[in-house]
Amino acid sequence: MSYVLKRVLEMAPVLLVVVAATFFLSHAVPGGPFDRERPVPAEVKARLEAYYGLDRPLHEQLASYVGNLARGDLGPSIKYPGWGVNEIIGPRIPVSISLGLASLAVAVLIGVPVGVLAASRHNTWLDAVPMGFTMVGICLPSFVLGPLLALVFAQWLGWAPPCGWGDLRHFLLPAATLGLVTAAPIARLTRAKVVEAGSQDYVRTARAKGLPWRRVWFVHALRNGLLPVVTYLGPAAAGLVSGSFVVESLFDVPGLGRLFVSSIINRDVPLILGTTLVYALALLVLNLAADLAKASLDPRVARSVR
Amino acid sequence: MTPDGPDSTPWRRFRRSRAAVASAWFLAFVALVCALSPWIAPYPYMQQDLAASAQAPSSSHWFGTDLLGRDVLSRVLQGGLISISVGLLATAVALLFGVLYGAVAGELGGAWERLLMRAVDILSTLPLTLIVILCMVVFGQNVWMIFLAVGMVSWLTMARIVCTETGALKSRQFVEAAVALGQTRVGVFRRHYLPNLAGLIAVYATLTVPGVMMLEAFVSFLGLGVKAPMTSWGQMIKEGADIMEECPWLLLAPSSVFAFTLLALNFLGEGLRDAFDPRVSRR
Repeated sequence: MSYVLKRVLEMAPVLLVVVAATFFLSHAVPGGPFDRERPVPAEVKARLEAYYGLDRPLHEQLASYVGNLARGDLGPSIKYPGWGVNEIIGPRIPVSISLGLASLAVAVLIGVPVGVLAASRHNTWLDAVPMGFTMVGICLPSFVLGPLLALVFAQWLGWAPPCGWGDLRHFLLPAATLGLVTAAPIARLTRAKVVEAGSQDYVRTARAKGLPWRRVWFVHALRNGLLPVVTYLGPAAAGLVSGSFVVESLFDVPGLGRLFVSSIINRDVPLILGTTLVYALALLVLNLAADLAKASLDPRVARSVR
Repeated sequence: MTPDGPDSTPWRRFRRSRAAVASAWFLAFVALVCALSPWIAPYPYMQQDLAASAQAPSSSHWFGTDLLGRDVLSRVLQGGLISISVGLLATAVALLFGVLYGAVAGELGGAWERLLMRAVDILSTLPLTLIVILCMVVFGQNVWMIFLAVGMVSWLTMARIVCTETGALKSRQFVEAAVALGQTRVGVFRRHYLPNLAGLIAVYATLTVPGVMMLEAFVSFLGLGVKAPMTSWGQMIKEGADIMEECPWLLLAPSSVFAFTLLALNFLGEGLRDAFDPRVSRR
């Protein structure tokens, strides 16, 4: 338990560094939030800047931001007057999280079985064909796969709505796009590790004592092969985040990714900071979860955790 | 090369993998054609011909023309020049940073190594694409900035590998001997670590290139890449995706060239890894 506590405490300085880095970068963005096509009168601009605290020195602004953050307040938005960042981000978090988890589920449910299957039929066509597909999956960016899936499954076949958000059917295309792109490296990793395990004595013993094929590969060999895959879920989630920028704009999903892109265009610093922070927090939590899952799979890791 | 000399075996192993050798030739061809594009492209890449806009592929325009009547083949070649340069230069930045960081961490060892590598672990879980996007906005859509920003977030794997290997080399006897003879740390790094790490570094550099090119395409997709009329494969793919129902060749031409190049890079990298990385068991 103290391990979890230690890891949670470790998150605080990391988040602080993320906030500081993003803060200084987003303040270096040329052009201020009040630069519109019609220039704002100088005295109005000065009042606005005083209201948002933009006239104070940078380090003071950062300090007051972090102070508010400790109370869970992400500050006011600049682009949308009267709105707090919390209120803008809040309803979008469940959207992006549910889409991300759905994609991760698609990736694991496709990637792991395909990898085990390929490994158990190592060096046959059942190995070569799926691995060829995963190579294509690695080389095909989500912004090519997404439009192609939309063309085939929404336009021609009419199986899924092409865009929008609301009921479960809207999950189909975005989750499939993100999931398939992530499934490819997972399948390759699983295959490599299960092939390695497959040549070891304990797998040979399992086969020799007549266990069914499914049990040998999906229980005995996979259990050891799964560890690196679980470790990979952390970086995979980071990839999902960047994929979500593309997929959320392609399929018109009201999530965080689209918000981040538009907040950069609008130079809305509090919104940029808030979004980055939520992303960083989500990824850190997910990595902790992956490490705990690893401990439950590997007794050696478990011992060091306790 | 002697047939059984110690230096020749990785190359012989590499040459036996047909996919990797074919990929190397394919990449050499693509790189050469793109590099020579200012001289051999059928049309200037920015030349517009509104009378011939949105034409399907034909004998005068092999890949068709875009909405402004520009020759798609010429643009694919010019875009390739940008994409490949980003791939190579950003990888060089990542290489420099990753090797130095990894070597320092491995050489220091102990608590320092744990601290430095923990930082790498944490960085690899953060949404670094956000940082690249921010950099592109902050510093304008400068080509050099793309190289630098993309490179600065792609060095983590390299640092990990170099750190592990340096740690292993440090306790070898020839290194101990060099230190005992008064060789400085920089000297040991240059004379003993680098030559021993070279193969491994080359392998993982090759495997970094496709990721870097993907990241550039991604940034371009968001409209933050190089400025018009210049283009890159990522930008062409985005423009093609917007009108793929009317003019499918505008999506197919750049995305297939892009996908095949990444495919070849991956095959080449894996071929090199199987040949050079002793930890990957040969099957």
